[in-house]
Amino acid sequence: MATCKTETSAAVDIRDRMNIVIVGSVDHGKSTLLGRLYADTGTLPEGKIEKIQAICKQQGKEFEYAFLFDAFLEEQQQGVTIDTARTFFQWAGRQYIIIDAPGHKEFLKNMVSGAARAEAALLLIDALEGVRDQSKRHGLLLSMLGVKQVTVVVNKMDLVDYRQDTFALIEKEYRAFLSQLDVTPQFVIPASAKRGDNIATPSPHMAWHTGPTVLESLAQFSSESEKGEQPLRFPLQDVYKFDARRILTGRITSGRLKVGDQVIFSPSNKSAVVQTLEAFNVEPPPTQALAGQSVGITLDEQIFVERGEVLSHESSLPLVSTTFRANLFWLGRRPLEMDKLYLVRLATHEVECRVAAIHRIVDADNLSLDQQQTNAVVKRNEVADVTIQAKAPLAFDLYSDLETTGRFVLVDEYDVSGGGIITEMVADREETLRVEARQRDFAWVQGDVTLADRAKHYGHRAALVLLIGPDTTGKTFLAKKVESMLVAEGRHVYMLDPENLRRGLDADLQDEDARETIRRYGEVARLLIDTGVLLISTTNSFNPSTGLRAGLPADQVVEAIRTLVHPAPVLTVYMSQETTLSPIEADLSFTGPEDFTRTTHDVLAALKQKGILAETIGNQPVFQFSI
Amino acid sequence: MRHIRQLEDQSVYILREAYKHFDNLGMLWSMGKDSTVLLWLARKAFFGHVPFPLLHVDTSYKIPAMIEYRDRLAREWRLNLVVGQNKKALAEEMNHERGRVECCTALKTNGLKLLLEEKGYTGIILGVRADEESTRAKERYFSPRDKNNDWDFRDQPPELWDQFKTSFPPGTHIRIHPLLDWTEINIWEYIKLENIPFMDLYLDRGDGTRYRSLGCAPCTFPIKSTASTVDEIIEELRATNVAERAGRAQDEGRGMEVLRKDGYM
Ligand SMILES: Nc1nc2c(ncn2[C@@H]2O[C@H](COP(=O)(O)OP(=O)(O)OP(=O)(O)O)[C@@H](O)[C@H]2O)c(=O)[nH]1
Ligand SMILES: [Mg+2]
Repeated sequence: MATCKTETSAAVDIRDRMNIVIVGSVDHGKSTLLGRLYADTGTLPEGKIEKIQAICKQQGKEFEYAFLFDAFLEEQQQGVTIDTARTFFQWAGRQYIIIDAPGHKEFLKNMVSGAARAEAALLLIDALEGVRDQSKRHGLLLSMLGVKQVTVVVNKMDLVDYRQDTFALIEKEYRAFLSQLDVTPQFVIPASAKRGDNIATPSPHMAWHTGPTVLESLAQFSSESEKGEQPLRFPLQDVYKFDARRILTGRITSGRLKVGDQVIFSPSNKSAVVQTLEAFNVEPPPTQALAGQSVGITLDEQIFVERGEVLSHESSLPLVSTTFRANLFWLGRRPLEMDKLYLVRLATHEVECRVAAIHRIVDADNLSLDQQQTNAVVKRNEVADVTIQAKAPLAFDLYSDLETTGRFVLVDEYDVSGGGIITEMVADREETLRVEARQRDFAWVQGDVTLADRAKHYGHRAALVLLIGPDTTGKTFLAKKVESMLVAEGRHVYMLDPENLRRGLDADLQDEDARETIRRYGEVARLLIDTGVLLISTTNSFNPSTGLRAGLPADQVVEAIRTLVHPAPVLTVYMSQETTLSPIEADLSFTGPEDFTRTTHDVLAALKQKGILAETIGNQPVFQFSI
Repeated sequence: MRHIRQLEDQSVYILREAYKHFDNLGMLWSMGKDSTVLLWLARKAFFGHVPFPLLHVDTSYKIPAMIEYRDRLAREWRLNLVVGQNKKALAEEMNHERGRVECCTALKTNGLKLLLEEKGYTGIILGVRADEESTRAKERYFSPRDKNNDWDFRDQPPELWDQFKTSFPPGTHIRIHPLLDWTEINIWEYIKLENIPFMDLYLDRGDGTRYRSLGCAPCTFPIKSTASTVDEIIEELRATNVAERAGRAQDEGRGMEVLRKDGYM
């Protein structure tokens, strides 16, 4: 056993680094292979082998290389890896973190956690047992997690007398499986981890193998990424104001960003020019940054933008929708259910969502078979084709175009419980209006006064308060009271009754043109909001009962207006006589209010709580910045 | 040095996620090389500022020069330093002769526990590295601890890509580990690259010994070494087969496993 340093090992300058994961079904020899790799390259710390020898002796076992990394007592007693271990390996100028993943299906969430950190994988198959369920499931998950470089190791060749025909059968079967996932293994290597065949040295028992050893194959994984040449995506992580600078931070997930670039924020459609790249202890300051880098930037103007937005160039914008189709793997303790609320986290954006459809459960054993079953739930460790619908629009990409902004996780209560890759954008009902709003916003010509200047001047953000609910519930009365009270405080407020557009701007429209009526109202509201005004409106005109004969249901009206005034905040207030359920999830609800002074105060309080209204005039309203 | 910058980018991202999601956040600082690199990374992440307190769990057995160094940097870098101590255990004369695991549990694990209780931190950032010992190799970047501070390694939550566990039930807290992927050599490479001030106890100052890791005076010992510059340290580490914590008494047998399940750093 080698415990002294060999010549090629450590004392070389490091060119690059790489994370590799070892996966495969339980007991197929992953931890053993890893232990052997370290032992045979002399890269273990002094005394480590002796320590393991003592433990094995004490437990009355043969020497187990696996114990080098299966560190917990429970793992050693049961001879099974429970959670992934990061191990550090340096070879031929590259620093590796080799992640030993568990193979037992009980611990799939841990395997996934390990594999999600990796750029390449070694997938082990036991020559005696052959391809198992988990061998395939791991292969499928690797492709979903973005691990495209895979080398397959057929292990325990000593148990099949090092026979080439046994090896060839397994190779054929597994290659066929991987090809359905569009994965071509870099190598398929016959090995025996326990005996050290083809691990660090070529095996004398398998002269028929002409490919590399496992050690040699590591160098063949490429750490070069083409991400720098892809379209720019920079998900906004936070906004800091520790000193005079207002710094927008985040990690560039693809492409490159340069000082002087005109950038667009999605989904808010705002734009600005990058003024500086900020960095601590870097002289001179950088002028450009690349995919992978955590950076800070300042802009040429103060625009309100929040965590979750994605910066890009106008020439290659991300998709924007509330709805997308995805392949999802579920690791939660409870099954994934339709109609339950989850959080979707996509890059830095976090929004409530539901599963709108579960199209099929993907059978890892038989990928190509398209079973047309409908499923109510996705159980733990299953992979499914689903449609996700978020409560607010998200900026994203298809996974096939851009990896990092094309994937997401779902959070159930406190835990990240599943992950997925986006296969298709689904156009929701607002798609047409959203496209219109985006194009209108990109072309918007602005004076020198910014929204932030106006907000400071008026003591509030520009916003829209929408009063909804059945007729004669006092909506207009309340709107007038709110308007008066705020104007008395010196704020810039305006009550816009949609009726006022009917005979003028809408004179050419028929009652049937409900969508167009609403669109025009939304554009007028958008215009007024750009003046910095706090707008209050009722929606009676859009109701079938009181206004348009062919009006739209309240939820659709609100969504259409919200899309057109986006990203201005919208406060919805529902008013009714009896306890009828609101057709939308309103921010405030009142039942038959008698004391309108109190109701007015409630609306004002909600505006403050939402950060729309500053406490006093001349103060900056509270925005969602870190400080 | 591209590999060091990659590690830096990842750690900075983690620190910013921590700052975004935890209202009551603190960072442990033992003045050792790792937690000082961590502190430097915080200054990187927040552009010269450190927007949360630095917590020092003082066992009272630290080498005096470490306290001087601590107070000097705290002044120069305008740090908000919070020192915690298990006064009761010290009053009862806890020391390593009562048993090393017992002493560590009382002064470090419980010292930290007391500080957490007193200040109500919901997130604490630690400079542990996965290559230090084998239970740390199994940590998550964001690792939940229950009401008793215990680490349930058998049931760690999934951690996918750059999406971390940032919500948790009341009464529990999250340990944040931005340095998991760094090796001891990477730490020194970074100290050199950024010219970070470090304690000269890490260097041979003429007697042919130096400290490789700094803990409490009674339980850490200098190693034989003539490395008197960072370059020489890096060279020495590249050529050695001896583990960093080989000089630490708590690491014998299953000492660390027992300690860490209980909430030790
Ligand atoms: N004969 C033979 N036995 C092997 C070989 N590789 C591993 N083993 C044995 O197979 C058993 C399981 O090995 P491990 O390395 O723990 O398997 P694993 O894939 O890490 O298992 P999990 O992590 O629990 O999924 C151990 O008893 C090993 O000694 C091999 O090449 N030949
Ligand atoms: Mg294992």
